[in-house]
Amino acid sequence: MEKESKNYTTISIPTPLAKKIKERIKGTGFTSLSSYVTYVLREIISSDREENEEAFTKEDEEKVRDRLRALGYLE
Amino acid sequence: MIKPHGGQLVDRNVKKKDVDLEGYKTFEISTNTSEDILNIANGIFSPLKGFLCKNDLNNILNEKRLENDTPWTIPILIDFDKNDIKDIKEGDKVLLTNKETGITSVLDVEEIQSYDKKSIAQNVYKTQDVNHPGVANIYNMKEKLIGGKITVYDTKVREYDKYNLTPKETRFLFKEKGWRDIVAFQTRNPPHIGHEYVQKTALTFVDGIFINPIIGKKKSGDFTDDVILASYDTLMKHYYLKERAVMSILRTSMKYAGPREAIHHAIMRKNFGCTHFIVGRDHAGVGNYYGPYDAHDIFAEFPDLGIVPLFFRSFSRCTKCDSVVNDKICPHDQKYHINFAGKKIREILRNGQVPSEDMMRKEVSETILKFDKTFVE
Repeated sequence: MEKESKNYTTISIPTPLAKKIKERIKGTGFTSLSSYVTYVLREIISSDREENEEAFTKEDEEKVRDRLRALGYLE
Repeated sequence: MIKPHGGQLVDRNVKKKDVDLEGYKTFEISTNTSEDILNIANGIFSPLKGFLCKNDLNNILNEKRLENDTPWTIPILIDFDKNDIKDIKEGDKVLLTNKETGITSVLDVEEIQSYDKKSIAQNVYKTQDVNHPGVANIYNMKEKLIGGKITVYDTKVREYDKYNLTPKETRFLFKEKGWRDIVAFQTRNPPHIGHEYVQKTALTFVDGIFINPIIGKKKSGDFTDDVILASYDTLMKHYYLKERAVMSILRTSMKYAGPREAIHHAIMRKNFGCTHFIVGRDHAGVGNYYGPYDAHDIFAEFPDLGIVPLFFRSFSRCTKCDSVVNDKICPHDQKYHINFAGKKIREILRNGQVPSEDMMRKEVSETILKFDKTFVE
C-alpha cells in the first residue's frame, strides 16, 4: 500500500525490519528511517550504471579518431 | 566505459543547413552563458538538455537533485531583462548568439519565470553576502529566467582548440588507450609539488589521469589560462608517462560554491568518462565561506552519484621524512613541514622569483616566469 504526495511516497515495510533499521541508524548521520532507506535504495538503483558502449557510427568514429590524431592525443 | 550522468550522453548539436533560423527574435548573450550552452550541447552537463525550468530549479535548491531525483547541485540558468522579452511567450523559440564563441543556438521557450535571488544565494552558496563572487553574480542577473531545451547550430574554433575535447572524444580516447579506471583532476592553478603528489598517488591505483583545467572567467589574482596550460604541458612533458596522462580543458566559469560545486565538478568529469574524481581541501571554495572539508562531507549525500570521490587532505613536505606527506602518514611535528600554500607561491612568482624546488618543479617555475602576464587583473 503506498500513499503518494507530490515529492514523496510512503512505502510499507515489515515492522520488525523498521525496528532493526532504527536501531542500526542510532548515532549515525541518518536522521530518520526514511533518510536511511532512501540512501540505500538510491545506492542500489544506481549500481546498474556501469558499462556503456558508445554508439558510434563508422563515420563518427573516423572523424573522432582523425581529430584526436591531428591534436596529438593518439599515435 | 562508465555511463554518462543520467544514463545518456546529451548531444544537442545540429547542422545549420537543416533549419531556417530566420524570423526568430535574436539575443546576444554573454560568453559565459554561451559556454553553458556548449556544455549542454556537448554533453558535459548531461542529462540537462537546456536551461532549468521551475520544478528542477526548486528541487536543486531544496534537495540538490533534479525533479527526477538525479543528483544535481548547481542551477544552470539563462536570465533576461523583462522588457527585452515582453513579446516572447511560452512555446516560442529565440535565437541566441555570441560573437566570441561564434555560437548560433535556439532556445525553446518552455517556461518564463521570476525567481528569488536570495533563495538561490542562500541554498547554493550558503550565504547572501554580496562579497561572495558567486552571490554577486546571482544578484547581478536580470529579472526573468527562461527554461527550455537548447539546440546549437553553429560555433567557431577558438583559442586552445588543441586542448578542447568533448566527452564524446575523451570517451573514445580513453577506450582507445585501454583505460578502464580514470581519475579526473580539476584545477585552476599551475601545478606545485603537492598537486603532483596527489595526482600521482591517485594515478597509482587507476589506469590513467585526466587533468582538466578550468578555462574561463576567473577572479582577479588567479593565474591566466595561458600560464596554467603551459605549466601543465611542461610538467607532463618532463614528469609523466605519455600513455598515462591526458590534459584537456573545460570551459566554464568558477562559481566558488564550495561543496555544491565539488559535486558539479564530479558530474562533469563523469560525463567525460572518468570513474574517479580528486577532491582536495576547500575544493571550489573562496574566502572563509566553507569549512575546509565541507566539499568532502557533501559526497555522503549522494550514494547514487556514479563517480568515486578520492579525498585528499592537506599535504606538505616534511624535512624529517624528506618527502611529500599528508597528515595521515607523517608523525613529525609541524615545525618540520613546509606547506604548499598557493598564496605563498603566487607571491614569490609575482615578485619574479623562482620558488624553491621543494615547492615547485624548476621547469614549471621557469615556464611561468617567461610570461609577461601571469595573473588575471
